[in-house]
Amino acid sequence: MDRGRGAGLDFCAVPGAVTPSPPHLAPRTLPDERAARRTLLDQVAQLEAELSQLFCSTWPRKDFDWRIAGRGGPRVLSLGELEALRDDLVDRVQHCRRTMSDRTYAEDSKRRLIEEMMLEPERHKWARVSSEDIGEPGCRNWHVRPRFGLLGMLMGWWRVVISSGCPLSAARAR
Amino acid sequence: MTEPELHLRHGWVEAELADEFPELGLVHARIDARASGSPPHVKQRLRALADRYTGGRVIHMRQDPVPWAYRVFSRQVGIDPDTDPTPIEAIGLERLKRGGIRSENLLDDALTIAIADTGVPLIALDDDRLDGDLGLRLARAGETLGGVRPLSAGQIVVADGARPVAVVLGEVAEDAGVTPATERMVLCALSVKGVPRIAVEEALWIAAEVLV
Repeated sequence: MDRGRGAGLDFCAVPGAVTPSPPHLAPRTLPDERAARRTLLDQVAQLEAELSQLFCSTWPRKDFDWRIAGRGGPRVLSLGELEALRDDLVDRVQHCRRTMSDRTYAEDSKRRLIEEMMLEPERHKWARVSSEDIGEPGCRNWHVRPRFGLLGMLMGWWRVVISSGCPLSAARAR
Repeated sequence: MTEPELHLRHGWVEAELADEFPELGLVHARIDARASGSPPHVKQRLRALADRYTGGRVIHMRQDPVPWAYRVFSRQVGIDPDTDPTPIEAIGLERLKRGGIRSENLLDDALTIAIADTGVPLIALDDDRLDGDLGLRLARAGETLGGVRPLSAGQIVVADGARPVAVVLGEVAEDAGVTPATERMVLCALSVKGVPRIAVEEALWIAAEVLV
């Protein structure tokens, strides 16, 4: 049904008809970003504190990635950039916390293994755990080895040997 | 060693910058000093300083209030402090890599000692090559640092009345930096939220005391 079209009807003149939308007007005032920016800056500070705490608690463990891409600073970041920075920090904190949690779980099981090695060395022949495996600094090793070499192997005399200290560097050893 | 005379002044901060970082400030002081070689007592002081910087201390430095405040500021202005460490952390990392803090010259040594003692970043400028009062502002489009390095619009810079003379937490313009011919310097300390005023002033006093 094409009643309106071609009939010369002016829709604007008809009461109750759909009126065309007014031209888009620019807002007279810009929204004040200050409160949002302050909140974001505070959140960034808070997350940086968490990341720093996490960094200190992970030491001496390695292979954590702490970097968050810079934004070409120093400059005043836009609201969007601050939000992206906050989100990146949240992701990084979560990722590091998860990695740390996985790592401490593995370290706990290695610590348990050391205890078992000490109690029953013959059940863990040749097993070796390093201090790095349990998240500690240094080059200590717990190694299950036979007492008196081949004889101990044949007789089942096993014991845990704890090595001490780091090997000398090549230059000093020469 | 004589007691230096130091009149601390607070630099201006552009409104847009002050609005974003209300506690941001630049404290500076003029000092009559020349860049020269370090005397033995300064080298000794650097050695003693290096002995205090153990691995554990450097690792935990980022949790100390003052270094942490500058890390946060770096982060908030778009610098990754793990890629571009703050001056105090850079000194700590350098100490761990080299096994000591190497003496460079009297000015660099004075700044290193002051930064390492307080955690507050400092720069030195040649007073005779400055034009007007120092302050903090955003770089304008087309501005350069020392006529050489282009600055992007909106970068936070230390500026005199005429031009940018240094990038905040970054490099100093060659045409404003200290040279062997310098007779009067201006020491500048950046102050951010979370850093007590006394630490900023202490940094300037320590640097001046080493220089004079």
